[in-house]
Amino acid sequence: MNPELTLPILIPLLAGALSVALWRSVRYQRILAVLSTVLLLAASVWLLNSTVDQGFLVMEMGSWPAPFSIVFVADILSAIMIVLTGIIGLAIAIYSLASTPSGHEKFGYFPLMHLLLAGVAGSFLTGDIFNLFVWFEVMLLASFALLTLGGERAQMEGAIKYVTLNLFSSAIFLSAVGLLYGTVGTLNMADIAQKVATLEDPGMITVISMLFMVSFGIKAAAFPLFFWLPASYHTPQVAVSALFAGLLTKVGVYALYRVFTLIFTQDVEYTHTILLWAAALTMLTGVLGAAAQFEFRRILSFHIVSQIGYMILGLALFTPLAIIGGVFYIMHHIIVKTNLFLVSGIVYRLLGSYELKDLGGVYKHKPVLALLFLIPALSLAGIPPLSGFFAKFVVIRAGLEAEAYVVTGIALLVGLLTLYSMIKIWSEVFWKKTPEHVEDLSRLKGEVKDTHNWAYYLPVVGLAACTLFIGMNGQPIYELAEMAAEQLMNPELYIKAVLGGAQQ
Amino acid sequence: MESLMAYVVGILFAAAIYMMLRRSIVKLVIGLMILSNAANLLIFVVSGMTRGAPPLIPEGADAPLGTVADPLPQALILTAIVIAFGVLAFAVVLIRRAYEVVGTDDLDQMKDTDT
Repeated sequence: MNPELTLPILIPLLAGALSVALWRSVRYQRILAVLSTVLLLAASVWLLNSTVDQGFLVMEMGSWPAPFSIVFVADILSAIMIVLTGIIGLAIAIYSLASTPSGHEKFGYFPLMHLLLAGVAGSFLTGDIFNLFVWFEVMLLASFALLTLGGERAQMEGAIKYVTLNLFSSAIFLSAVGLLYGTVGTLNMADIAQKVATLEDPGMITVISMLFMVSFGIKAAAFPLFFWLPASYHTPQVAVSALFAGLLTKVGVYALYRVFTLIFTQDVEYTHTILLWAAALTMLTGVLGAAAQFEFRRILSFHIVSQIGYMILGLALFTPLAIIGGVFYIMHHIIVKTNLFLVSGIVYRLLGSYELKDLGGVYKHKPVLALLFLIPALSLAGIPPLSGFFAKFVVIRAGLEAEAYVVTGIALLVGLLTLYSMIKIWSEVFWKKTPEHVEDLSRLKGEVKDTHNWAYYLPVVGLAACTLFIGMNGQPIYELAEMAAEQLMNPELYIKAVLGGAQQ
Repeated sequence: MESLMAYVVGILFAAAIYMMLRRSIVKLVIGLMILSNAANLLIFVVSGMTRGAPPLIPEGADAPLGTVADPLPQALILTAIVIAFGVLAFAVVLIRRAYEVVGTDDLDQMKDTDT
């Protein structure tokens, strides 16, 4: 028995249920939110520790042997993702204490946040393809409600696009699961992988793999399926934006990594070439979209799209080094991107706008905040010694070794354009004088003190410290990514861990 | 029977996508409803339809005798129906709220967040 395997799902689920029970008492919900995310982080570190020590952890629900039962499986990639979920969950929980309007808190903000974390953790841990669909829906439903909390016009318009495209993607996912079940007669991912390898007609499997690629591609916001993301991510209140930006699209990326290393490796030439060009175009369109934007959170939203390209590039090159780079990139990106959104929230708090033309002069009055923006921003652009440098370096080196020169060239160019966008934000928000039409400067000058200032700054400082930590400790993090990549590149280890246990 | 059902599934998917491409948000949600039904029916068809053979194990036997219907796809569909029900209930509330806030049901008028 490995209790750490289910704790990352059980803790947020229980916390969510308790929060509903404490519906009238927002104060206890707030305490519970911080408490449970601390526990989640602790459990996730425990899980990572166990997977590094013991390899795969497998738990069969109801003690039915796999492949008949639903299994939960943790390999190092899942464990890494769970740790990141814990870190982001804790950061968002603390930040929400200060940033969430009390109206949102009264209408179930905290229960929904817990439910979202449970859905994300479930998606990372399940070893059953239909169960993955169910966790996706848990996560989506919570995200729908979080996105629309507040009910402003922009939120409604963004939510319609977000809901429609995500439901469409779910329907494709469900159809693909049905077709896969019709072809191989099983839902357990390890069992599917085993049976797909022995199938006489791999053509059908390639068709199904394309359906999965489209479905997860929509969820991961890959080109040309990303339009819902920049239309919706800047509409909710900032803690929700940051939570989505950090975790949701990365669940899609994780699902792509899972199925395209474990199950659909029968026609790598075809499937991964499509992924490769999708990755290149994702990077390019994302970063060009960002260059045309002049709203803080919209620039960051487009950068999510472009960064997703790097992660998919790691998968598409499909060499051990590339997978290491992709995993490293995911680790770095989740922390950095959440942090940038949190900083945008603080700037909004100070000046009351996200539009670059209404912002300015933050460096003069809040130099510490400017520094806190600069750490994740330069890390995103890939400046050494921050985390982004090593992530980009590994991916690009893998691209050169695989002789995919065009795509690698695009990746380098995109790095440059990312720096351009970050400098644009820097000079507009931090360096430029405060525009004259901005009247209320009392918060910026520190004349009005917020009572919850620590809750704004603590997560930002913590995440910036994580970025620095990854940057300074490139070697151990790289080794962790290397172990994860080794497991991903050898799917027979996964199959043996899940199905081998049944024969004991 | 199976080829007939295959055509039905195909028509449902086509109808759903047609409805989703219309400009009215009400038709969009109707499209989503049809889409989830099409996916459910697809699972039912591709996993093999066996008529009149419930998967019951006779007394004293360890496994069902002869060919029986596969119960698993039905369990999958049931789960998917429940999920789709919840999600679509949300979607219906969403379009109502969106109509109240934006004051139109025309998707072409809802482009504020796109550019």
